[in-house]
Amino acid sequence: MTSVALRPGVKLARFRDLTLVPVIVLLLVVGAFANPIFLTAGNLTNVLQQQSALALVVLAEALILISGKFDLSLESIVGMAPAVAVMLVVPAASNGFGTELPAALAIPLVLLVGAAVGAFNGFLIVRFQLSAFIVTLAMLIVVHGLHLGWSEGKSLFKVPESILFLGSTTFVGLPVSVWFVIILFALAIVVLRYFRLGRALYAIGGNIDAARAAGIRVDRVLWGVFILGGTLAALAGLLETGRLGGISANQGVGMIFMVFAAAVIGGVSMDGGKGTIFGALTGVLVIGLVENILSLVGVAPEWRQLIYGMIILVSLIISRVVGGKAQD
Amino acid sequence: MTKYHVEAHRVTKRFGPTTALDDAGIAIADGETHALVGRNGAGKSTLVSILTGLQRPDEGEVRFSGLAAPALADRDAWRRQVACVYQRSTIIPALTVAENLFLNRQAGRGPIRWGPLRKRAADLLERYGVAVDARALAGDLTVEQRQLVEIARALSMGARFIILDEPTAQLDGPAIQRLFERMRALRAEGVTMMYISHHLEEVYEICQSVTVFRDARHVVTAPVAELPHDALVAAMTGEAGGVYRSRRGAGPGGGTARVVLAARELSLAGKYRDISLSVHSGEIVGFAGSGSSGKIGLAETLVGLHRPDTGTVTVNDTPVRDVPSALGAGLGFVPQDRHREGFVPLLSIAENATMTIAHKLGRHGIVAPSRQRARAVRLIGDLDIKTEGPHQPVADLSGGNAQKVVMARALADDPSALVVINPTAGVDVKAKQALLGAVEEAAERGAGAVLVSDELDDLRICDRVLVMFHGRIVKEVPRGWSDHQLVAAMEGVDA
Repeated sequence: MTSVALRPGVKLARFRDLTLVPVIVLLLVVGAFANPIFLTAGNLTNVLQQQSALALVVLAEALILISGKFDLSLESIVGMAPAVAVMLVVPAASNGFGTELPAALAIPLVLLVGAAVGAFNGFLIVRFQLSAFIVTLAMLIVVHGLHLGWSEGKSLFKVPESILFLGSTTFVGLPVSVWFVIILFALAIVVLRYFRLGRALYAIGGNIDAARAAGIRVDRVLWGVFILGGTLAALAGLLETGRLGGISANQGVGMIFMVFAAAVIGGVSMDGGKGTIFGALTGVLVIGLVENILSLVGVAPEWRQLIYGMIILVSLIISRVVGGKAQD
Repeated sequence: MTKYHVEAHRVTKRFGPTTALDDAGIAIADGETHALVGRNGAGKSTLVSILTGLQRPDEGEVRFSGLAAPALADRDAWRRQVACVYQRSTIIPALTVAENLFLNRQAGRGPIRWGPLRKRAADLLERYGVAVDARALAGDLTVEQRQLVEIARALSMGARFIILDEPTAQLDGPAIQRLFERMRALRAEGVTMMYISHHLEEVYEICQSVTVFRDARHVVTAPVAELPHDALVAAMTGEAGGVYRSRRGAGPGGGTARVVLAARELSLAGKYRDISLSVHSGEIVGFAGSGSSGKIGLAETLVGLHRPDTGTVTVNDTPVRDVPSALGAGLGFVPQDRHREGFVPLLSIAENATMTIAHKLGRHGIVAPSRQRARAVRLIGDLDIKTEGPHQPVADLSGGNAQKVVMARALADDPSALVVINPTAGVDVKAKQALLGAVEEAAERGAGAVLVSDELDDLRICDRVLVMFHGRIVKEVPRGWSDHQLVAAMEGVDA
């Protein structure tokens, strides 16, 4: 019997995590030449802050994708969770429900709404055995529909201070929202690499029957991942609200495409069981830098969509060549 | 009194209206290798899931070394008692071998230390003599290596009882022998095994006792020495006889019949070289050889799935360029892997069986349902497919009946040339007879057939058998060969 020879493709695939690092370096160089403002601390901080909401949703989606599932509804949670929490707190005159719950409850309510949507998704997908794609597609529409209906399509400007705080304050030179992203990603990287629970996500996404046979409580873990995903998306909505100072009826809409793009170019497989959180983070950074460079260079907004699309395709081709394997 | 390592006593298990196990049981003595045989649907898989604690019996009990089995929720306790190498792999391809070995027990509550884990994995692999790199991705292993990793994992849990569920189904001859050597070594160390296989000769080779299940019931348990081949088959099928006996006498006399399928000087790099072949009307030509002999590649070339580097294939004097041209020239074929190439699981039997002849069922691309149905009903009758009717999806059928649908598709157009690859893989004794019978009938109707098989018994229906070794035809034997003759040539030890 022969031992397994590691083919070059396999070896390279181990560095799949790092494939976007050269791209990021390249973008930094290009940006520096394109506009002297680019490499200033102020601008880079700005990039990070602008992407912090996207980053958290990507983190949520990466966890769900690695577990072999799917969630499209996250983008609607980004808008709906803070909107509902705010409406429960502010008076009816500011478009509230009139319940006027104490303002201190605002943040817990945001997270609770996100967790509840995630729990409902999990219930339908894990317990009820429905297709994750269709369930969360429907929930994307339902959750956004609730947001639109309850807010009557209006933006919410009178928002409690506590909700604005996280997205608008800085701490040791960085916005609090960026600290949140750094801490949560670091935590996720460690848990997914070094803890049984984290490895269980890979096992479930890789071969659900094998995971079950190994004694992993598959249903419980999956349900937990959906709840965590909803909560992270709500947190992302909270940071976005603080950054923008209000909640428009379109907050989060269309975001899910960028979320998938960042996760997939960052090496997270749509088929489950493959990819890392660090990879997903590099995906977010690539998208953030590209967005920033395009606006600094003065590309008309009408053309940016096209360029994003092209960049996603090019990144996929590069990772296919580097990864050496057919993509799922 | 014999000491039993594992006992399942008077177990009944129902799934809705069907009874999967009816007051059945098994008792496996300490340290023996015990075969469990039965036709598809006899209840073997259900017994496996009950013995591994994945399902609870409705009635009856399981005992390990005389003690009651652990509670169903206590997976760890079950894993210490019994391990199973399932038909379907329980290896996670995207993870390393090391992690697969210690899945869900990489560490306690604290963080995983990867270095020591890899070291433990390497030690474990070495202890069980598995030459696999612990850092390799499990998805890059061969089927054989994957099974060995699964066996090592099973033993590392502390289980002294292993269930091997059709482990040889995907292995070639030498790999099977290596597996058997390993099983003998494990037995010498006192490991008890339950062995499930459709290959009865393996049962005689590796097992000491055998239990036969039929229609969800226990039929007989006996030492293999006391249960000769015919009696074993009779116990499985519930009727006497059993080994398929060719119905035809000697084949057509010499070269008088028309040549329906011919190959001239075919070569394909890495698969086979210089193959020339003529198959006459009414003749069945067998191909034997090990997994690396190139026989499958050759058969797939004959039907147009591969394009040879040099040489030509003709069906009824029409050159074969690809699959449509082969089918158009009057060829029918049964592919190697029925799940991958054989059928579309969600479509009905009627649709699957008539897929290749849709153009004959109506004009201008219209498929007339009534004609499709009529044709399917005829094929279901011809091949004795056990089904509710032609509308039933193939996914619902057992392995043997699904394979009959694939055979039906090959025969749907009354082909004058037939290429059949491993038609009896994973099917039970009766289905085997129906499938081989169908090939013989086709030959009686005047078709020329090529039968490629890993099972020597299948090849008994052939008028002559060509043996391939490392891509060349090394021997041709007429009807009436002995196993020894063929195996020697297949292993390349025949001068």
